[in-house]
Amino acid sequence: MGLTNHSVGIKAVDSGLVIKKRTPADRVVALAGNPNVGKSTVFNNLTGMNQHTGNWPGKTVTNAQGYCETKNQTYVMVDIPGTYSLMAHSAEEEVARNFICFGKPDAVVVVCDATCLERNLNLVLQTIEIYPRVVVCANLMDEAKRKKIRLNLPLLSKRLGVPVVGTTARKKKTLAQLMEALDSVVTDRKPQSPYLVQYPTCIEHAISLLEPVVKEKSGGKLDSRWLSLKLLDQDESLIREINSYLGEDFLRDKELQAVIQHGKDKLAQYGVTGEDQLKDLIVSALVHSAQSLCQGVAVYADRQYAKADRRLDKILTSKATGYPVMLALLAGVLWLTIAGANYPSQLLADGLFWVQDRLTEFFLYINAPAWLHGALVLGVYRVLAWVVSVMLPPMAIFFPLFTLLEDAGYLPRVAYNLDQPFKRCHACGKQALCMCMGFGCNAAGIIGCRIIDSPRERLLAILTNNFVPCNGRFPTLIAIITMFFVGTVGGAGSSLLSALLLTAVIVLGVLITFVVTKLLSKTLLRGMPSSFTLELPPYRKPQIGKVLVRSIFDRTLFVLGRAAVVAAPAGLAIWLMANISVNGVSILNHCASFLDPFARLMGLDGVILMAFILGCPANEIVIPIIIMTYLAQGSILELDSLTQMKTLFVENGWTWITAMSTMLFSLNHWPCSTTLLTIRKETGSWKWTALAAVIPTVIGIVICIAFTAVARLFVSC
Amino acid sequence: MKDLISLDKIAPGQCAVVNDLQSTGSMRRRLLDIGLIRNTKVECVGRSPAGDPSAFLIRGAVIAIRSEDCQNILVSLS
Repeated sequence: MGLTNHSVGIKAVDSGLVIKKRTPADRVVALAGNPNVGKSTVFNNLTGMNQHTGNWPGKTVTNAQGYCETKNQTYVMVDIPGTYSLMAHSAEEEVARNFICFGKPDAVVVVCDATCLERNLNLVLQTIEIYPRVVVCANLMDEAKRKKIRLNLPLLSKRLGVPVVGTTARKKKTLAQLMEALDSVVTDRKPQSPYLVQYPTCIEHAISLLEPVVKEKSGGKLDSRWLSLKLLDQDESLIREINSYLGEDFLRDKELQAVIQHGKDKLAQYGVTGEDQLKDLIVSALVHSAQSLCQGVAVYADRQYAKADRRLDKILTSKATGYPVMLALLAGVLWLTIAGANYPSQLLADGLFWVQDRLTEFFLYINAPAWLHGALVLGVYRVLAWVVSVMLPPMAIFFPLFTLLEDAGYLPRVAYNLDQPFKRCHACGKQALCMCMGFGCNAAGIIGCRIIDSPRERLLAILTNNFVPCNGRFPTLIAIITMFFVGTVGGAGSSLLSALLLTAVIVLGVLITFVVTKLLSKTLLRGMPSSFTLELPPYRKPQIGKVLVRSIFDRTLFVLGRAAVVAAPAGLAIWLMANISVNGVSILNHCASFLDPFARLMGLDGVILMAFILGCPANEIVIPIIIMTYLAQGSILELDSLTQMKTLFVENGWTWITAMSTMLFSLNHWPCSTTLLTIRKETGSWKWTALAAVIPTVIGIVICIAFTAVARLFVSC
Repeated sequence: MKDLISLDKIAPGQCAVVNDLQSTGSMRRRLLDIGLIRNTKVECVGRSPAGDPSAFLIRGAVIAIRSEDCQNILVSLS
């Protein structure tokens, strides 16, 4: 048996999280902090792990854990979701609070934004109230320096009574101090006596009534001052947790109930009766404490420190330029992707098919049976080669470019720009953030929907995420655009035209998203748009080197690996289907001709529709399946350029109508199986999952049939 | 004492001080979390291209808030 939570006696609080200590001596450290203060960067640099980072609040939505060590100590670091407070207003805050309260960490590191220390202290103060073994990590010191904000951290440390260290998490060596502070905090025998927030007299009075009884009844398992305050506040979600942590008898205790009532009466005597009133007083006390703690700690030498940010905001979000710049950036990224991918794609294809020829020679040389050569080389290897040469170059360019925009802090601006149209559809602007993630991978986009607080609006975002073409579909769209609408001659002009066409396809996807969102919020998911706040973080200069490495290794190779895992067996299956005959006709042809009449109505053919169906595990393999099937039926054996590919397609009856219909169907059809499973997990319901598949499919079929009918009318005229 | 107006009436570039927070429920808690209590200074730093939401500088952070939510935040111009 390994060292699980049971063997070392640590109870994981978050239902999905089991703390795995490597040795019983490991100390558990929780990493808390406001959203978007570089918590994940601290975590990654300490543990050497690769949690996804990006400049937007809400990116870490689950707990992650990793290991790190100093000379004296070994640690399990737990990255908890970023929150502004621990009052448990949302799911993430509940996870964060529960971990600090009941997860029994040996220490809590609260990561703060040094450029915005005062606001961040709110969370520090709330954390210290629950658990005194805290280290404050003032991160982004480089940014503070750039903005000419002078910080007196020793003074803050003295006032707070806990260690405060300044770090620049991007630079690993600045974290050494943090680890030193942690070492001293976890080994310190004598309890720290940190700063305590002073509440207004009425609250202090009520707390003093409760505290002795609470202390006795809770057996000192939780901070009694804090627990008294929360019992006065009647925090429901906390009371649930306390029931399971201290046992239900705790709150049923007559003496305790009496003293809580006594405390409430005392508050009422002071005129504090409503629930909001008490909460307001508590929050105001916290904010005022933070304000006075920061007096003299943070000195803003340059009041206009954010001038550059505001100027950029003027360009990126103003009435005149906001939307045009957004479109231009999208088209620009796509253009760089298409133009840049063209040549390497060709090179890769040449290389990989050269290898195929060598493999064939080898199989001939060892006198391997023809079926073995067919299945392995013409089946598995060829599909793999297609997937790699078509997928890899665009992804290797698109992902880093996208990550640059993400790191710079542009994505929240997209949400800001698009909030108004989403509000018209009774949805939330943050849906735009999920859509941006969907460009990379729809499954990731759907997990990202957790940043939307309203369950109704989250569901809207989940159900419509698939209308953003993911990276698995880009290469299909690019290949078709290049072959049928731009010409394969190459040159800057043609790649620009391809990029514009692809932008148009994506804009169509966005428009469909709006229409479907609106329809859903008028029918199945009726409701008014809810309130929300969206933080627009400061722009940050992306770390180009790191972005390149990270997006190629973490994203590109990961996605490619997934595609390859699916493509290899699919290649085998297709080869078998093409080569096993029933009544003299291959299974593949049987299937294709079965689908053919319906597919023709949609402007496709049976092979294309079958490729989409077989491509359900990963959209990347749709084009390779089409090629394989045509090749199995036809006579062309060598196929190493888009020109030849076009010839093959045209020989099989493709016209511009087929090409357009294929693109439309690629944009609007069922999500891939990974995405479907993610939807099931996120919504907890097969019903919504089914709907997420049915909606785009029906729309795709309708659009394709309508388009084909109209287009054929024009052609025949 | 200056007249109270709601936050959505503040034009970009103008500053104001929070006088009364009338929001309720989760929005109230969100706003309190970001430190928007009485006497907090707020500066409008811009509007989104479609005119709504607007962005406000609150305690060093830029936060976008929709106009109907701003209507529940009463401020006085400073």
